[in-house]
Amino acid sequence: MIKKLRLYRHYISIVVRGMMQYKVSFFLTSLGQFLVSFNVFLGIYFLFQRFHQVKGYSYSEVLLCYAVVLMEFSLAEMWARGFDTFSGIVRNGEFDRVLVRPQGEILQVLGSRFELTRLGRMFQAVVMLIYAIATAQIRWTAGRVITLVFMMAGGMAVFAGLFLVYAALCFFTLDGLEFMNVLTDGAREYGKYPLDIYGKRVLRFATFIVPYSLIQYYPLQYILGHVSSPVYIFLPLLAILFLLPCYGLWRFGVRHYKSSGS
Amino acid sequence: MKKYISFFRLRFSMGLQYRAAAAAGVVTQFFWGGMEILVYRAFYEADAAAFPMSFEAVVTYIWLQQAFLAVFGAWIIESEIFDAIRNGNVAYELCRPIGIYQMWFSRSVANRVSKALLRCVPILGVAALLPAPYGLRLPASPLHGALFLLTLLLGLLVIVAFTMLVYIATFYTLSPDGVRIFFVSAVDFFAGAVIPLPFFPDKLRFILELLPFAAMQNVPLRIYSGSMTGEEMLRAICLQAFWLAVLVGVGLGLCRRAERKVLVQGG
Repeated sequence: MIKKLRLYRHYISIVVRGMMQYKVSFFLTSLGQFLVSFNVFLGIYFLFQRFHQVKGYSYSEVLLCYAVVLMEFSLAEMWARGFDTFSGIVRNGEFDRVLVRPQGEILQVLGSRFELTRLGRMFQAVVMLIYAIATAQIRWTAGRVITLVFMMAGGMAVFAGLFLVYAALCFFTLDGLEFMNVLTDGAREYGKYPLDIYGKRVLRFATFIVPYSLIQYYPLQYILGHVSSPVYIFLPLLAILFLLPCYGLWRFGVRHYKSSGS
Repeated sequence: MKKYISFFRLRFSMGLQYRAAAAAGVVTQFFWGGMEILVYRAFYEADAAAFPMSFEAVVTYIWLQQAFLAVFGAWIIESEIFDAIRNGNVAYELCRPIGIYQMWFSRSVANRVSKALLRCVPILGVAALLPAPYGLRLPASPLHGALFLLTLLLGLLVIVAFTMLVYIATFYTLSPDGVRIFFVSAVDFFAGAVIPLPFFPDKLRFILELLPFAAMQNVPLRIYSGSMTGEEMLRAICLQAFWLAVLVGVGLGLCRRAERKVLVQGG
């Protein structure tokens, strides 16, 4: 395990060093990442200038929600984005090479990309989180701080799981499936508001099909003091179980892999 | 003129080839539109009096926005043009007895129209069948419908004229990344793609409506959904024509200057 981690670190340092050869491009891409999510933030800001609250959530509370989701997503994207370009690896037959090496496939795919440019988004998430914490008038008990940390862990797992599914489907379709973006980018985009504003049906989908609500809506209720049962603290950790079916699908895909390269 | 029409036709039929991509796009757009409508429903329930347009008008705006995403999407930029400038292939295009501005312009228009044609029909069709407050309405009157088509065309030409400036800037900067990033996020936000312009605070909105960004999707979508009065419509159409003339004028001028002192890259 430690050996694997060391290898992973080595992979990452190569990727990052490579990226730093193109400093201007790195900076501009980070800036682009920042501007895209900054637009979303401005949208929320101007809507709240007009409406002041939505389904009982205040501006600061929505910002807290958006900051957490954005952070979960950017963290997952940073280290699991290798799965995003996976269709290319399958299509040009490079996955053959991955299979013959004496290391796990997942480790190699993860090590192929490390998106440091997502720091642009992280930066915004951190600023919003600080602002939200300062203004939302939440009494930060130990339980609530722990909930926040668990949300990050669970959220990262859910999004990484979705990236894994995206990659696993490439074994069968050879091409990235655009509708998967609905589950990843869509969740980042619409996770900016607590899930219950979209109505019961969306909330149900987000609980039983893809467990978004476990990393957003339910723990948020605990942090905001709408519920007091300590069970809510541990709900985000439950979301990590989502990785199991995702991994299963990946294994299934690897077993059915037929080389397509030339 | 004939040669530009054939450039248009070439690019147009190329765009029509990507049907599977369009089908996937339609599914995504449906989801996006639906979620967006749910957001505005929640805000409508929070404070209906603060709504600057009727709820039905917002719903119609959103469906049209999704249907015509390929017309107005700021990120739809022809990467071949950037590549041609960077790797030097632009030299071949400069040799041809045609205006490079006009050629790129007709190609960009064709690209957007072909993409949008494939996507808008299923989206508009299904959105029109949805039950009352969540469905796409008919335009307020036949006149609104006709003006919608006119402003849709003007809006398309304005955004293409704007993207032309990004291509031409690449002649000077060589790397398109920087200009492109600012262009995409400015257009997205100021054109009313993130939130419709009526939702902005009044003072800011007054300024925004004068900018070229407001001459893109803002005008046709709001005319169709009936959130503009007669006078506002007239003013908006004049502004569209004005910005189109300015952007094309500036683009042509800059393009001529760039052509005269172009340094061809690559070998």
